[in-house]
Amino acid sequence: MEFTTPVLNYTLLSPILILLGAALITVLVEAFVSKALRPITQLSITLGGLVLALVQVWRIRNEQSMTAAMGSVIIDGPAVLMQASILIISIISVFLIADTEHFTALAASLPGSDEERQAVQSGNQVTEVYPLTLFAVSGMLLFPISSDLITLFVALEMLSLPLYLMAGLSRRRRLASQESALKYFLLGAFSSAFFLFGAAFLYGYSASVTFAGIRDAVVGSGGNDVFLLIGISFLSVGLLFKVGAVPFHAWSPDVYQGSPTPVTAFMAAATKVAAFGAMLRIYYTSFANAQWSWTPMLTVIAIVTMVFGSLVAIAQRDVKRMLAYSSIAHAGFLLTGVIALNKAGLEASIFYLFAYGIATVGGFAIVTLVRDAAGEVTDLNRWKGLGKRSPWVATAFAGFLLSFAGIPLTSGFIGKFSIFSAAYESGAKSVVIAGVLSSAIAAFFYIRVIVLMFFTDPVEDGTSVEIPSALTSLSVIFAMVVTIALGVFPAPVLNLISDLATFIR
Amino acid sequence: MTTSNSLVYLIALPLLGATILLLAGRRADKWGHILGTLMSASSFGVGLYQLSQMLGRSNEARPVTQKLFEWISVGTFNVDAGLLLDQLSICFVLLITGVGTLIHIYSISYMSHDHDRRRFFAYLNLFIAAMLLLVLGNSYLNLYVGWEGVGLASYLLIGFWNQKPAYATASKKAFVMNRIGDMGLSFAIMIAFATIGTVSFEGIKEHAHHTSTGALTAIGIMLLVAATGKSAQFPLQAWLGDAMAGPTPVSALIHAATMVIAGVYLITRSNFIFDAAPTAQLLVVIVGAITLLFGALIGTAKDDIKKALAASTMSQIGYMILGAGLGPVGYAFAIMHLLTHGFFKAGMFLGAGSVMHGMNDEVNMRKYGALRKFMPITFVTFGLGYLAILGVPPFAGFYSKDMIIETAFNSGGTKGIILGVVTLLGAGITAFYMTRVMILTFTGKSRWDAEAHPHESPILMWLPMAILAVGSVSSGFLLSRGDALVNWLAPLFEQHGEHEELLAPIVVSGLALAMVAIGVVVAFLKYSRQEVAAVAPENVSVFTKIARQDLMQDSFNEAVFMRPGQLLTSALVKTDEHVIDGAVRGVAQLALGSGSVLRGVQSGFVRSYAALILIGAALLIAAIWVVI
Repeated sequence: MEFTTPVLNYTLLSPILILLGAALITVLVEAFVSKALRPITQLSITLGGLVLALVQVWRIRNEQSMTAAMGSVIIDGPAVLMQASILIISIISVFLIADTEHFTALAASLPGSDEERQAVQSGNQVTEVYPLTLFAVSGMLLFPISSDLITLFVALEMLSLPLYLMAGLSRRRRLASQESALKYFLLGAFSSAFFLFGAAFLYGYSASVTFAGIRDAVVGSGGNDVFLLIGISFLSVGLLFKVGAVPFHAWSPDVYQGSPTPVTAFMAAATKVAAFGAMLRIYYTSFANAQWSWTPMLTVIAIVTMVFGSLVAIAQRDVKRMLAYSSIAHAGFLLTGVIALNKAGLEASIFYLFAYGIATVGGFAIVTLVRDAAGEVTDLNRWKGLGKRSPWVATAFAGFLLSFAGIPLTSGFIGKFSIFSAAYESGAKSVVIAGVLSSAIAAFFYIRVIVLMFFTDPVEDGTSVEIPSALTSLSVIFAMVVTIALGVFPAPVLNLISDLATFIR
Repeated sequence: MTTSNSLVYLIALPLLGATILLLAGRRADKWGHILGTLMSASSFGVGLYQLSQMLGRSNEARPVTQKLFEWISVGTFNVDAGLLLDQLSICFVLLITGVGTLIHIYSISYMSHDHDRRRFFAYLNLFIAAMLLLVLGNSYLNLYVGWEGVGLASYLLIGFWNQKPAYATASKKAFVMNRIGDMGLSFAIMIAFATIGTVSFEGIKEHAHHTSTGALTAIGIMLLVAATGKSAQFPLQAWLGDAMAGPTPVSALIHAATMVIAGVYLITRSNFIFDAAPTAQLLVVIVGAITLLFGALIGTAKDDIKKALAASTMSQIGYMILGAGLGPVGYAFAIMHLLTHGFFKAGMFLGAGSVMHGMNDEVNMRKYGALRKFMPITFVTFGLGYLAILGVPPFAGFYSKDMIIETAFNSGGTKGIILGVVTLLGAGITAFYMTRVMILTFTGKSRWDAEAHPHESPILMWLPMAILAVGSVSSGFLLSRGDALVNWLAPLFEQHGEHEELLAPIVVSGLALAMVAIGVVVAFLKYSRQEVAAVAPENVSVFTKIARQDLMQDSFNEAVFMRPGQLLTSALVKTDEHVIDGAVRGVAQLALGSGSVLRGVQSGFVRSYAALILIGAALLIAAIWVVI
């Protein structure tokens, strides 16, 4: 038997390698550095790694059109844009994660046990969230650049496993947090099984696991169409689970609510970019010529997802659950970009993902600030009159909500406008109509929160707004500036995306 | 066309000042006014630098542009945010930043007792930035941003003392009336885009020749509506008197020297539209003529010194609008009058502020009198402004106003004679009411309230007044010497042929001076010979009563706009409540209801979630059978 020596293009892989290196260092730091120095060391290494990776992504942006690691990953324009978006979102999420107030002192201890109490009293805060974040981000970077099904699956697990753990790290309401982590894990494993099953069928159809091979088979229509359809369907179940599309969404409200809010922010924003990145690549390259088979399926799912997410969000009384359903609705809007299957759709999706991700982190950052003695206050009724007590915080939150609702002069408007017009051009009129209508429904609950904050008298129940830490403020301000800037002068970013966004097939 | 990278600093500096002062909050209370003044002064410095550069270039190369960024790019509609500094805008830039800086200096002292002085300076800086954007924008859309910006700054400044409900109402009134004008501007932009396909000055100028007269007339009329709103011209003039609720430096800067002349700028800037749309141009002249008499008549009956000056501003802007409506011959004279007016009116407003400062904020001229001895500097500077506005040679107004009167007479036919007579009449009434202001305020016996202790204002206040007084004396002579301003602006306007002279300049000047003399004499006889009552007499003629009521403009507005408007809005509110809200609430209820039902799916059990995924996958497989 002969083995070929694997050729790895280290430059192109460097962003992921940097993060994996940083992750290993943070594991060592966790074990060996004294507890006083640990938080700051961990934070510096994590941020350093992320920034370095971002710099590296920027440097390789023009070396696109290359495959690395024996063709199992592909670095092209969209890959660079997705990776950059994930890294930027991760950096501002880490600003939130840096506030250890949200994380349990000792995740391994039973909730309410003596062990936990001792850990809290001794101030022995563990910081395993940093290595977990770095591992998850490396998985996310790999996910949208994978170009065969095996790598795609490895990346999926690489990003999911740390997230399952991170969901269980909450300091307060630990049981709910652990419950959500377990739910996420079980359902994630379940959907991964579907994913693998779909991959097996696709291999059966095309005798290849690479995207290019599957594409060739589809173009030559050489295989068994039933295998192809089952393969696409089941693979989609795994991907749609990750993006939280109906009916594979059920985990997301519970997990969003149970997780520590900084983790929710990270999960909601970065995972979505990674998962949609992978989805766009596989649908735009491998399955593009089998459009007839999956467009009806995705159209129905997109419409149901938008309508369901918007409707149920109205009935929510908890801000984190509301944002979870809002994120479901946005998954529906983003599916419109996949359905469009044209260059405009790809560009719009990339812009939308970045804009939405940034605004999401900003929105959850505000959620971390509204607290009472027992921790965060997520009951919307207690957000009444926030605008009178903390005008800046409420204004920033209103800004993010307006962006989610797609009101002009915010990034959300440009995103929605471009994604819907791309889908309209490609002829997917039904999904555009459903999209515009559900945007109108969605605007109702976003604006209701704004009315609640600004035009209702405050209730005196001890809810107060924490003075944000420097890093949290930085994250909110950055998100706000990006949200407004992309709404007012989107041209430079749109041009950049337009220059780069072409998949290599 | 020359490009430059430094134009943006003109706007950026005061904008930076406003941002810092607003964001820094109370921390900036100690140094906020100094920063604000410095920012305005440095913007003036940049303006002077630009002027010196411009003087060094040939006529064609004088306009400078700077592209800031690609603003809107939708289909065929492309607008760059860009700046244009040419011979016309440089005049405005220097007026805005120059007079603006003087008024900043004045305000340091005038507002020193106000604990919100920093905020005041922030708004002043904001105003300067917006006003500069207005005159520097290279398209109607960019101008519009500045146009709205000055409206906002004006609103904030009129209502600066909004703890007094009357002041807050005044600022609201100004805002609402300005909105009507703003609608005109936005309509003009829309029509221009729909018919010509561009909104930049350059683009419209190029295409104006082969655009239908109808479209150009429509654009012109809409621009005129915009100008009447911002410049307090008939029929949208009513807000200016109320705007005097703002602190006096604001009245001097915004409601005398700069913002209210934006309408004149708009019409002069749009010369290529008005030259090709004679109907619109005629309307401009009519509006100007009506307003100049209207304002002058109101001015005769006002006892509030600031309101008398405001009425006079309205009337003087009427002159400018009339001048601008006379076409290529008139533009330069309108601008000249605008510049000289900027000096003498700002100076007189600051003088009025100085008087109020010494008289416990009393504004009723019937309670002044004999202040000449107590406020000599104010008396002299105000007096020089007075001579300038009357048009006594060699003061500034003589040059600029006479030019407009002369152009009016020479505009030909019956129109020329009517306009000439109106402008002469206006000059006479102006002389009457301004003399009245002088007599009531500075001469005669004192009619002060018991607690008044008039005193001269500190140097920071009288210095700007003195500088403006120098301008009131010399600016007319300097600008008209060798037709300096006319030649400077000439390249921007369509050249005009020789026009016949109905009256020789010397005759016009003679007539004007005679009218002025009559006005002055009448005022002397009426107010200097007789005792002036400290309380306004009630048994006056019906004309005085009407003039005191601002020629019934508020009653008119109420009857014609407000009441029908209120009826309309209450009808709309009813429709809104019962029909639209009903539908919206119904939909919301429906959505809420279905939301609650769908929420039931979310049971919290992993097994049911997994079942949901399974069902979803099964449905997908089932769908495949349908597809195949």
